[in-house]
Order: sequence, then structure tokens, then C-alpha cells
Amino acid sequence: MFEKNKLDSIEKTLKEWEETDVNKAISRFPERKEKFETNSDIEVNRLYTPLDLKDWDYEEKLGYPGQYPFTRGVQPTMYRGRLWTMRQYAGFGTAVESNKRYKYLLEQGQTGLSVAFDLPTQIGYDSDHPLAEGEIGKVGVAIDSLKDMEILFDGIPLDKVSTSMTINAPASILLAMYIAVAEKQGVSKDKLRGTIQNDILKEYIARGTYIFPPKPSMRLITNIFEYCSKEVPKWNTISISGYHIREAGANAVQEVAFTLADGIAYVEAALEAGLDVDDFAPRLSFFFNAHNNLLEEIAKFRAARRLWARIMKERFNAKNKKSMMLKFHTQTAGSALTAQQPDNNIVRVTIQALAAVLGGTQSLHTNSRDEALALPTEESVRIALRTQQILAYESGVADTIDPLAGSYYIESLTDRIEKEVMEYLEKIDELGGAVSAIEKGYIQKEIQNSAYKYQMEIEAGDRIIVGVNRFQIEEETHKDILKVDPEVERVQRENLVQLKKERNNDEVNNKLEALKEAAKDSSVNLMPYILDAVKTYATLGEICNVLREVFGEYEQSVML
Amino acid sequence: MDRPIRVLVAKPGLDGHDRGAKVIARALRDAGMEVIYTGLRQTPEQIVQTAIQEDVDVIGLSILSGAHNHLFPKVVKLLKEEGIDDVLVIGGGVIPDEDIPKLKEAGIEAIFTPGTSTKDVIEYIKDNIKR
Amino acid sequence: MNIKERLLNGDKRACARLITMLENDDEKAISIIKELYKYTGNAYVIGITGAPGSGKSTLTDKLAKEFRKKGKKIGILAVDPTSPFTGGAILGDRIRMNDLTLDKGIFIRSMGTRGSLGGISKATWGAVKILDIFGMDYIFIETVGVGQSEVDIVKLADTVLMVMVPNLGDDIQAIKAGIMEIADVFAVNKADLDGADKTKLEIEMNLDLNQQMDYRPPVVKVSASRNENIGELVEKLIEHRKYLEETGKLQERRKENAKLEIIKLAEEELLNLIINKSLEDNLLDNLAEGILSKEVDPYTAKDRIINLINQRRG
Repeated sequence: MFEKNKLDSIEKTLKEWEETDVNKAISRFPERKEKFETNSDIEVNRLYTPLDLKDWDYEEKLGYPGQYPFTRGVQPTMYRGRLWTMRQYAGFGTAVESNKRYKYLLEQGQTGLSVAFDLPTQIGYDSDHPLAEGEIGKVGVAIDSLKDMEILFDGIPLDKVSTSMTINAPASILLAMYIAVAEKQGVSKDKLRGTIQNDILKEYIARGTYIFPPKPSMRLITNIFEYCSKEVPKWNTISISGYHIREAGANAVQEVAFTLADGIAYVEAALEAGLDVDDFAPRLSFFFNAHNNLLEEIAKFRAARRLWARIMKERFNAKNKKSMMLKFHTQTAGSALTAQQPDNNIVRVTIQALAAVLGGTQSLHTNSRDEALALPTEESVRIALRTQQILAYESGVADTIDPLAGSYYIESLTDRIEKEVMEYLEKIDELGGAVSAIEKGYIQKEIQNSAYKYQMEIEAGDRIIVGVNRFQIEEETHKDILKVDPEVERVQRENLVQLKKERNNDEVNNKLEALKEAAKDSSVNLMPYILDAVKTYATLGEICNVLREVFGEYEQSVML
Repeated sequence: MDRPIRVLVAKPGLDGHDRGAKVIARALRDAGMEVIYTGLRQTPEQIVQTAIQEDVDVIGLSILSGAHNHLFPKVVKLLKEEGIDDVLVIGGGVIPDEDIPKLKEAGIEAIFTPGTSTKDVIEYIKDNIKR
Repeated sequence: MNIKERLLNGDKRACARLITMLENDDEKAISIIKELYKYTGNAYVIGITGAPGSGKSTLTDKLAKEFRKKGKKIGILAVDPTSPFTGGAILGDRIRMNDLTLDKGIFIRSMGTRGSLGGISKATWGAVKILDIFGMDYIFIETVGVGQSEVDIVKLADTVLMVMVPNLGDDIQAIKAGIMEIADVFAVNKADLDGADKTKLEIEMNLDLNQQMDYRPPVVKVSASRNENIGELVEKLIEHRKYLEETGKLQERRKENAKLEIIKLAEEELLNLIINKSLEDNLLDNLAEGILSKEVDPYTAKDRIINLINQRRG
């Protein structure tokens, strides 16, 4: 990017500056630390100059927005055309309550829905399962059957909203329920827009809501890819998630590396199932975390985009440009929220959200200040949404594309993250790919090491968390937090009893039996069978149990 | 004390967020304790049976899903039914302040919320084990 | 009821507490075992060993379930390494055995090695006796997965099950390390992976080299995680037991192991004696300094300590 004689001159003047001004300054006031590092242990220099980008080639590294390798963004006009989708993850209690919250959020100017399910739903247990005790409606809405789903989206036109569902192991079942609700509204499948998370590998790695072993799980996922490419073409069939990997303690490099490794595994599984890469890859989407180290996070998003474009083009020979685009949703880091002085979290969330926007996210969830204490109140949710709106309409950062490009530091860091991610991907390839690396516990172990190190740094005071290990105050106990009505559990169970009385049980059993037979033949796409079962009001638990019988259950791989 | 303290670190309920549980398990090990870790999705019954067979001094429970009001007291109740009174039960996770008095009353002797130093947990255990 | 009666009555807490006392070198535990020793002899001990990552815990879980189907009561001792630096340990084998926790006919205990190097801990010997008195029909000992030095299990188990896996590249290693000789039954786990047949073949070929065997260890392919072929493995374990019983070799083996245990116990006591006596008046320190300054040689130093012990005893 720079001429040789110019670089030589800079090298000389830089050295002079270090030997004179810098040394003098340091001899009077030593720097705060001997060594500065990013969250991923990348050493941060005092100053970045053209020397750090000596052989850097603009067109190769960046190109233009909407063009390969998409470092600067996936759309040609980015936020000048359309702002990112402001999407707050919500859902709790019964379908009735969640439906009210969704309508409130849409009235407040939110532009997409994001559905949180309770844990029994995520793990495929009905509300009357013994393990569901105490968990019903706690971290999201409880869905036992199509009946609950009909209530959840009552009065919300499914051809007008885009809906993101955080559902993984039973994703095919919830998607089938969504399709069935749409049909009842008179909305055809091809009009549906939204995303299912559907990312089982990160469940094994970090989030824990798995049901089946890897092989049949990967089959369910590729079944969805195939089905949607034909029937629900606007649906994002997977959201390959680094978010939870980061929450589990991974650093920025590991977040990208393990997420892309998972992505590679899904592509390979789909290819193995006989799909064409350009048929399904355009509907793959990603989900990342936005953490506190602003500049590293921005570089992380840019590096991820460039890496994925290269992987899709070079490794998988994708031809369609859309197959190479890494589109992603971002959520601010839940684990960075503190229970101490919770209002400080508003500031943290602002910085993290800024990172996501400067990193070119397609949609964003901003956490509420009180989430380290409990589920967020309506007021906190509003502040979180307002934070995004202030960034969008007042800060000016959305008015030009990828404004930090060309920064010596940002570009060096982007390159460095890319390189370190590549090293991890090579290691994972050596271990036989992501699935095998997970089964061996390698990925989990790497994350745990980072998590432990992070905690020890905080305890040693090497890492400052404002309000936690510095600048503490005596705090009153926090009140005014949202409580889930304990009645939810009873209501949900009663409804289930009622449902099983009212529905046509012969029909339910027939469809479940058909699903079971289909599950035994790994060449069959299960989506149509699941859709049939769902429509008879077979419950989520019943459908999952049929699949458990055929597929078995996953056993956790823990390396401590 | 020259015998190692034995601690069961358990995750009752369905939530899969085990970062805290694993960090604490390692920290306790590094403090010289023997830590029995049983993984995700443990029922209160399993936790109590494990505590019995492993003859632990401490049960550390971790929940982030909000199910603590139900599951924590249930563990203590089952321990009492087994006639066990020499095991220290502590809990951690996303637990609202206003729930803490009730949990303590139910027999969970200490609650550690986000931001707690592992050193504080270690100290607490050393000072409060019952045998 | 006192702890002895409770143990004989099948009280799991009593059993657990006795193992704890034993692990902590509590003399009372020893005297209880002495008193109740007449109740031992029912249990059959199977040692399960193999490299780290070979799936020992999952296999133990599945074996326990299979033996339970036959109505047998099972004790499991799962040993994990203790950190030599902190004395702490993470004992995580139970993660694979969660289904067994609520089974009344199963007792699982996790143990740290606490300084022992042979793959099991010092207290494992005593814990086996406690579980035997407690009424267990089979006792499984899952050793630390260090791969090469788990030789102690032979001195304690009636049958040693060696768990191998394909593609770890350690097969040849294991053979070199002499592990072939300690196994009575081989399981090639993760049989669904490529290379399982090759691993089985390599083991068989090595067994072929040993001509004098009147018992040839069987090699069984299994998949613990998929619960495949566990029944056959159980049959082979039982066949080995029958072979030992019918040929009288079980008694021989147990007698040999009893000898080794006496020696081990005596060794421990002598070592304690030497260290404790030598600590008096800094004798050990002084002798060590004397060796460095050539005032005394190591052999003479040893004689002085032994003499001291003899004098004070006499």
C-alpha cells in the first residue's frame, strides 16, 4: 500500500520517536502495564503505523462492500440502505404472556421477533415430564404442542414479521409448528421469513440443550436444509452460533474459530447428503457475541467475514456469491454484565453494540442491564432497545460503510485474528473435524482453559471489572425484577391434559408411527413426517420420544 | 487439615450453562480439594445419592435458569429425609437478592451470585464444613 | 446401630463413611475391617484399565447395567489422578454413570490417587474389602487412564479387562509396554470407528506369539456409547472367571495377591517408620549433609537408621 522509500523513511522516524519522546516519557511515567493484550492474548503495540501493513493489499484484503471477500460488509450500501434489524430476544411464561410481550415490542418499533423457549421445550420434554419441574416458562415460553404455538403468534401476521427462534435439538419440530400456524393464517410457506438456530454442535460444546447423538442430529439439520431450499426458500435454516461459545469462556479468536469449524461441519454434512453447496449455503447465517474489547471485536467480525468467504470459495467451490457471505446476528455479551451496580451495564451494552454495528452486523440484540439478576423488566428491555436506536439515529456511525477500514491497528488485528483462526481450523481438521474434536473434548477443554484464565485474571486484579474488583460500593438489594408466575407450571400441565382429551389420538399415533418408521431409514427426509405429526397436535415430547427411541441420546463429553 | 475436603459440584435442572460450575470445580481442585463433578441435568435425587456414596463434605449447586427456588430446597429436603446433617449445601448462579433469605431459610447456607471470587467460595467452604 | 452393623445392613452411608476413613488413614477403619474380615470373599473383582479417552467409564456403566440384569450387586471404584502440586483432584468418571446413581444395587465411589502411581490409590485395596463386606457381588475398579503404568491393578483384580481403541496410535505402544501380559480380556471399544478390525488383529497377532498359554485372552469388539456387544463382553468376563475357578487358578491368584498385599502393607509401615524415626533430631537431614561432605556414605547412613529402628523396638 505504501512505497518502499516512504516505508524506509517511516521506519527511521518511528525509531527516532521511540528513542527520544517515548523513552523520555517512559522514564518519567512508566506505562500502566509492561504488556498490553487483547482478550485473545494478542499483544497490543503502543502504536500502529504503515509499517504494520507493509505488504497489505487493499483489493485482496478488503475489496468493496457486497463484494468478495466481503471484509467491508455483505451489502453494497449497508446501513445507508437499511439499518440492521433490531431484534430483542424475549419470551417467558405461557404463550399468552409472551404473545403480549411481542405485540408490545412491535409497537415500540422493534422490527423482528426473537422467540426464547423454556428449557423443557429446548430439550424436548413436555411440561408434565419430571425433569421439567421448576423449569417451565423460566427462560422462555413453554411450547408443548401446536396449540401453544397458535396462541404465541395470535394476531401477529406471519407474512409481515421475520421471526427468529432460539431452538436447536427440536428445531425441525418448532419450524413445523410455525409452518402449520402460518397455514392456518392463510400464509404460504414461501412467504415465511425468519431463522431457526438449529446449531446442535455448539450445544454439545457450550450450551447444553442437546438431545440426540451427533449423527442423527446432523441428519435432522440437513433434512431441514433440503426441505427449506425447496419449500421455505426465505427461511434461514441455521444460525451457526459463536455467541454461546464465547459466553462459555472462549476468547474472540476461539469464538470465530470454533464457530467456523462448526460451519464447515454442517456444509460437509449437507454435501455428503447429496445437496449442492449453492442450494443451501445462501441460507446459512451466523450468530456472534459482542464483547467489551471494542476494537478487537470489530476486527473479529471483519476477519470472520473474510475467512468464511475464502472457505466457501476455496474449500467448497461455491459459485454463488451469496454462499460466500457471512451474514450474522449479534447479541451483546451476557457474561460481561455484572450483578454489581447493574446500571453500569447500560454503558457496557452500548460499547458492545457499537462494536457490532462497526463490525457490520445484520441484526442485533442488546442485553438489558438487569439480566445478571433475573429476567429483564419491561423498562430495562426498552432502554436496551433505545440504545440501538440512539446508535442508529444519533451517533452517525451508520452513515458510512466500515468506517474503521484502513486503520493500521484494525487491519493488523483483522489479519492477526484471521491467521490465528486458521491455525485452529487446521488443528481441528487434524482431529477429524468439529464433530470429532467435540467428541474428544478438545474444543470444550480449550474454552474451559480460557474461562479459567479469565476468572483468575479478575481475581488477581490483572483484569479490572468496574464495580466487581475495582470501584465497588455498598449496594442495596435489588428489587423491581421480573418474576415468572409459578402458576405457569400448573396451567401448562392442565392444558396438556385437556389437549390429550380433545385431539384425535388414533391419528396422533398413526403419524407418530409413520415418523418412527421414517426415522429408521437414514435416507428419508423427516420434515414432512414431523409436519404431519405436529398438525395432529402430537406434543413436542411425544415426537422427541419417538426419535429418542430410534436415535438414542447424546452423552456429554467433559474434560476438566 | 490434612485430609482433602470432598465437594460435589452439581448442576440440577436443565440449563446447560456450566462455565461457572467448571471454573469453580477447577478452583476448588487447585485449592487442594477433591471435586466430584457429575455433569448436566441432575435431579435432586441423583445429587443426594451421589453425595451419600461419595461422602462429601459439601454440595455446591449451580443454576442459571431461574429454577433455584424449586430445586435447591428440594435437595436439602431430601438430605434431611436421609438423616444427613453434616453436609454443607451452598448454591450459585443468577439468583435474585430477594430469593436469598428464603433459600437460606430452606437450608442452603450460602448463595454466591455472579461476580463472586472463587477465593471467597474456597474460604467459605474451609470455614464452614461440618466435620 | 453402630457403623459396623449399618455396613452389614446395607447402609450406603456407612459404606461411604468407612471408605472415607480409610482414605484418610483412620486407624478405626482398619480395625473395623479386621473385625469384619470374615464377611469378605463373596465379591469378584474386575479391573478395568486402558489409555485415556478409551471410554473406560462409559464401558463400566454399560457393564454394570448388564450385570444388574443378572441380578448382581455392583460396587464401582473409579480412580482419577490427584494433582501432585495441590493435592486436589477432579473426579469426573460419574458423568458417564449418571443412570446408575439411583440404582439401589449399585454403589459408586470416586477416588483420587493421592500420591500412588500404579493407577489406583492406596485405599483402593481396603475399599474393595469394604464393598465386599457390604455385600457386593462384583466390584469394578476403573483405573486412572495413564496408559502404561497401571500395573497395580493386576495385584488386586481377579480379572483384568484391557480397553483399547482404534486410531490412538497407542496399540503398538501398549504392546511394547508389556501391557499385553496383564490383560485377561481385551475390549476394542468404539468399534464403529475405522481401524477397529486392525486393532483387534494386532492384538490377536501378539497373542499368537505367546505359545505356552493354556488360556487365551479373548478380544471383543464393542461400542460402549452405542451399547453394542456388551453382552458378549460380559460372557467373556464370566468365562474367564469360570476358567480361574475350575482350574483352581483363582485361589492361586488370590494367594499370590495376598502375599503382595502383605508385602505392600509392610513396606508402607516400614517406610513410615524410617521416615518418622529419621525425622527425630533431624537425623535424615544430618545424614544427607554428611553424605555430601563425605563424612558418611549412603550405605552406612542406611545402616544407622535401621539400627536406630531396631534399638528402639528392642
